This record gives sequence, C-alpha cells and structure tokens, in this order.
Amino acid sequence: MNEPAKSLHIALPSDVDAVLALLDAHDYVADRRLATSVFLALRMGRPLFLEGEAGVGKTEIAKVLATALGKHLIRLQCYEGLDIASAVYEWNYPRQMIEIRLAEAGGGVERGQLAHDIFTTKFLLRRPLLEALSPHDGVAPVLLIDELDRTDEPFEAYLLEVLAEYQVTIPELGPIKAQTPPVVVITSNRTREIHDAIKRRCLYHWVGYPDALRELAIVRRKCPRAPESLAREIVAFTQRLRALDLFKAPGIAETLDWAEALVALDRVALDPQTVADTAGVLLKYQDDVGALTPEAAAKLVADVQAEGIRL
Amino acid sequence: MTRAGPDISQLRSASPLLAPKGRLAENVVHFVRVLRHAGLPVGPARTLAALEALDAVGLDNRTDFRAALAAVLVSRHEHLPIFEQAFDLFWRNPRLLEKLVAALLPKVHGRGGERADESAIPARLAEAMLPPALPRDRLPETDRVDLDAAFTFSAREVLQHKDFESMTAAELAAVRVMLARLRLPLPQLPTRRMTPATRGHRVDLRATLRGAIGGAGALAPLRWRQRRRRSPPLVVLCDISGSMERYARMLLHFLHAITNDRDRVHVLLFGTQLTNITRHLRHRDVDVALARVTAAVSDWSGGTRIGGCLGEFNHAWSRRLLGQNAVVLLISDGLDADAGQGLAAQMERLHKSCRRLVWLNPLLRYEGFEARPAGIRAMLPHVDDFLPVHNLESLTDLAAALERPARRMRGAREHGSSTWR
Repeated sequence: MNEPAKSLHIALPSDVDAVLALLDAHDYVADRRLATSVFLALRMGRPLFLEGEAGVGKTEIAKVLATALGKHLIRLQCYEGLDIASAVYEWNYPRQMIEIRLAEAGGGVERGQLAHDIFTTKFLLRRPLLEALSPHDGVAPVLLIDELDRTDEPFEAYLLEVLAEYQVTIPELGPIKAQTPPVVVITSNRTREIHDAIKRRCLYHWVGYPDALRELAIVRRKCPRAPESLAREIVAFTQRLRALDLFKAPGIAETLDWAEALVALDRVALDPQTVADTAGVLLKYQDDVGALTPEAAAKLVADVQAEGIRL
Repeated sequence: MTRAGPDISQLRSASPLLAPKGRLAENVVHFVRVLRHAGLPVGPARTLAALEALDAVGLDNRTDFRAALAAVLVSRHEHLPIFEQAFDLFWRNPRLLEKLVAALLPKVHGRGGERADESAIPARLAEAMLPPALPRDRLPETDRVDLDAAFTFSAREVLQHKDFESMTAAELAAVRVMLARLRLPLPQLPTRRMTPATRGHRVDLRATLRGAIGGAGALAPLRWRQRRRRSPPLVVLCDISGSMERYARMLLHFLHAITNDRDRVHVLLFGTQLTNITRHLRHRDVDVALARVTAAVSDWSGGTRIGGCLGEFNHAWSRRLLGQNAVVLLISDGLDADAGQGLAAQMERLHKSCRRLVWLNPLLRYEGFEARPAGIRAMLPHVDDFLPVHNLESLTDLAAALERPARRMRGAREHGSSTWR
C-alpha cells in the first residue's frame, strides 16, 4: 500500500505468529491451526469458512479481525428466506414513484430517459453485501456472513458469484466489482450441510472446543474478576463435563457465563450445591441438566478439586 | 421388444457410405442395441452418428475407434463405465461372453444371486447382452413413470400384493424396475421466499414499477407475488439387521430412486451402528450406487440396537439433518436386541425434533400383528404414522398417506393395540 492517505489501514500480518500476536492483543486466544487459517485467508484473499458448535467463538473472530485490522465490520445475519432485497440491494420505490410523478407533472419527459434516470445509484438502497463490495469510505471492510446454515439453498447459490468474483450484478446497473476484496468470514452451526460449491471457494476451519490450557487463558482474559483458583476449577469442571455424553456440551461462551455467574454469587470455590443451582448457565437441555444429578455433580467437583486441570 | 433399433438394411439404404464396410455396420448396430438394453438412451439417430464417426476416424487405431464411439454414444458421465465395460466385452474379448452366461446362472436358478456387485460383470450388462428367456413384452420397456403401464394386468396384480420376502429372483428383478420408478410426493410447505404470482397476496413493487415505466398512461397495474412452496427435507432411517435384510435390499432401490429424484433427501442405515449413505446413493447408476453402499456398510444382517442407533442419530445427526421441517421415515421391524432399553426416550427426542415421524414396519402385514415385543411398545407412542411396507402396494399407499396432513398423536395409541389400521 503506497497510499499515505489511508492512515487507518493496518498492514496485514506477515506470518502465522503475527496473526497469533494480533489476535492475542485483542483478547482472542486462538490455537495455531485457527491462526494459520486466518493468515491464509488474509494472504490468499479467500473467504474463511468457520464451522463448529454454538458458543466456540466463531463470530467473535470476525469482530476481533475487524478491530485488529482497523476495518469496519459488516454483518449479514442469515435467516430462512433471506433474499437479494435484504442482503444485497433494493430500489427505493417510494422515491422512484415520486420521481415518476414529478416527471409526469413536469411533462415532456421521454420514457426511455425516465427509465434510465430512476434506476441510478441515487435510488439504490445498499444492503450489507453491496456495502461490503463497494464501501462508501473506500476501505475494504470485514464481511461477516453469520450462521449461513440458517438460510436456504437459493441464497447460497447467489453467494457463489459474490465469493468467487467479489462482485454482484444489478440488472439495471451492471456488475459491481470490489476494488479491494473484503475480508470474508462465514460461520455455520451445521444445522444443515452447506453445499460443497460454497466450501470449495473458502478456506475451511472446524472450530472445536479448546483444550484446558487455552480455555484457562480465555477465562483469565475475559473474566479477570474470577480468582485464579476458581478459574482453574471452572475450566477443569467444564472440560470434564464435555467428556460426558451430553446432547449439547457447554461451549466457551457458557464457561465464561458460568465464571461471571460464580463471581456474581461471590463464590471462590466450586461446591456441589452451587453447581446444581447454576447448572442452567452451562447446560441448555433439560435432559442434560437431569443427567447432572447431585451425586454426579459431587463426584465431578471432588475430582476437580483432587486432580485440578487435566492436561 | 417394443423399441426396436433400425434394421441393418434400412441403415444401408439411408447411408450409402456404409455399404462397403461389410459386417462393421451390423456390429455397430448390435453394439448400440446392447447399450440400449443396458439402459443408455441411444436411439437410431445415434447409430447413424456412430457409423459416421467411425467413417471419419477410420479403423486403424483402437483407441480412436473407442473414443469415437464413446463421443457419440455416451452423453452422461455415469454411463461411461457401462460403455467401457460393454466395449471391452463386445469388441475385445469374445470369450468373456462365456463368463456372462456363468454370471447369469444364479439369477435364473436361485434366489441368492440378485446382487449386482457380486460378479465382475454388472448384472445390468449381463442381462443386456443375453436377453432373458421371458417373452419380451413382459418386461417394462416404457418410459412412463406410471407403475400401471409397466406390466400386463395379471402380472402387475400379482406383484403388487406379493410379499417381497416370497418373491423369486425374476419377480424381484421386475419389482426393482418398478421401485426405481416410484416417486414419493411430500406435501409442499410454504417457505419464506417469494415468487411472482398472478393471484398473490403481496404487491411485487419492483415488477410493478418496471411495468409502470414501460406502459402508457398514469395507471400502473399492480404485480403480485406469493410465498414459494417447497417439499420438506426427507430423512430415511432404514434398519438392515438380519430380520429386515431382504426388505432393506429391495427398499434400497426405492431409496436410490427418491434420493436422485430431488434434493434434501438423506438416507442412513442402521443395524448395530449408524451409517450415512446419502453420498453413496447419489450416483445415478443404481448398480454402482448399491455397490458403494455395500462397501460402506459393515453391519449387514447383524443384530439391531435400535435405541443405541437412534441415540447416535439424535446426538450426531439430528441437528444437521432435521432442520427446516424434515419428515423422517423410520423403516424397521422394531425387533430390538436390547429389548427396547432406552428406546422410548430416543424415540421421543426424535419425534420432537422432526416435523413428522413415519414408521414403516413390514411386520404390520400380518392380520394378527400385536405390539408384543418391548421395542415396538416403546416406539409406538412416538410416531405420527404407522404403516406397513412389505410389498409394492404398501409403498404406493405410503405416497398417499404422506400427502395427508400429519396428525400428531402423541400418547393416543398407548392402549388398544388391535386398532392399528
């Protein structure tokens, strides 16, 4: 980049270690594989496809990347029936109608010219995808396409053009291509399979549950008010909990919530009663809560306090 | 044979340049017929094109000869293996024909040899090379999707009601052809996506505005749109334990047909463990697809752990497959090696995770069927429909049953086991 005007622009990290350091500086404790994927996505200009259970920090990485790279974050939350009108662009119909009425009242307007006039960028409402490809300030943003699995196949098919060419086509205006491609992060909770054609265009990374050391680092970083001994117990407990046969194991988000909850309750150590009382923070299915009987909880707590964090 | 290829003399008169080639034209015509019997859509025009192509490339080089025929006669990738095998058999090694006879023998004399993947030569090709002894008019040659047109009345009538388990190899082969044409219509559900419609409920502003500009006068006709409707995803869980094996093997043909008929169909097999075979079934050619399934599944005709397998499904697959209002077909006789242990809870979870749970049970054909076994008793309260699946007629009925709206009848059938029909 030889344009001195873009003082906000932060240089892309030069290697994987730089990515790790960058993420770490913004309180995201990544493992090396994730950092490698992020590095490659930035270096190769490919979208990063993150799949994994809920609450393991998929969306967070896009937010952190935006902050760390000094870019805007543009978020497209997917839902069923998401269409071009709400994802890419929409014409401003009321304004167009007024324009037509004015032209007719004025008289003497040629129809072909009118059609040309009312389909200009003046009447275009820009939605997230279009905004990401042609940002108003000219700095390529971070585009987060969140929970892609919630939308349906037609939208996926539309994304193919966007992701492959970094361009969208508006019939009345022609193709609009990004000057500088945005950094694209796509997340999926895997409530259905995303089509191979999408994945093929992306760098794929499965975001798993963190190991004990990394989770401890995350808890220390994100919940500094928790005493060190309590943080260790919390991490050891959730790590053991994930080994049980649960319908939905707690993610990092639940661990952090739980740490906050225990701090709010002024606990400095785990005890079976507290675990039972706050099980709803960790487990979100009644079957799972039921499986964590007082005896099971007592045993887990005893194990945790006897052994500490298992490495 | 209802769709005979062109006669060789017709060909000669149509294409004078073929005349001096002697037996080559006859051989090509024969070869095209073989391919046609093997299921490739090659009509008389292709025969002429093939001869023209051979005329163009010459007969000096075998590779060119093969490539020329392939270029003209194959138009889909999945037909290529059939072409390759047929080419090898037909043009290279006449002795293989003897092996073909051997490959056909168990088909004619026994009931055990109907699996296509057991011999090196695909059964489909073997049948195409050596026409069966049956009169040709009994074999379905029609392209219509309608079952009724495929058979003479009496043959159809018998096959419709005959249990899969008591069929001979020839009957099974005939039924497999019919199964491959069966479709499973599911009621369409409204989605949140819109489509233009003349009698829609919402104004399509974009279309209206474009119309207003092109048209004359101040009045702009409103354009409308409505919700698009779409079939829900279908998830099939099929039991392949020993007691179900024969049905399962027949139903795989059916499942192959519906998997390739449309999108959003997922098929999983279970016995002692759960296997997702959706990708294997995706191959257009049923022989190749079923060979892949057989290779992928390790627990054919073993025991059944219904509860364990459903638990595994609920744990590992349900969130991935059951979104967006999926309909689940559970094909099982309900005879559980674990005597229904933990089954009720897993069935309840499965039932609550899907839009509709249909249980297809071949045992239901017996008049005096009673829900004695513990597995069946555990499963019954949690299904929306309980239907037989032992012959063609029951599969046709299934299509009709699925078109009816789902009735959630949780707990309604816990008593009175004799009123299940």
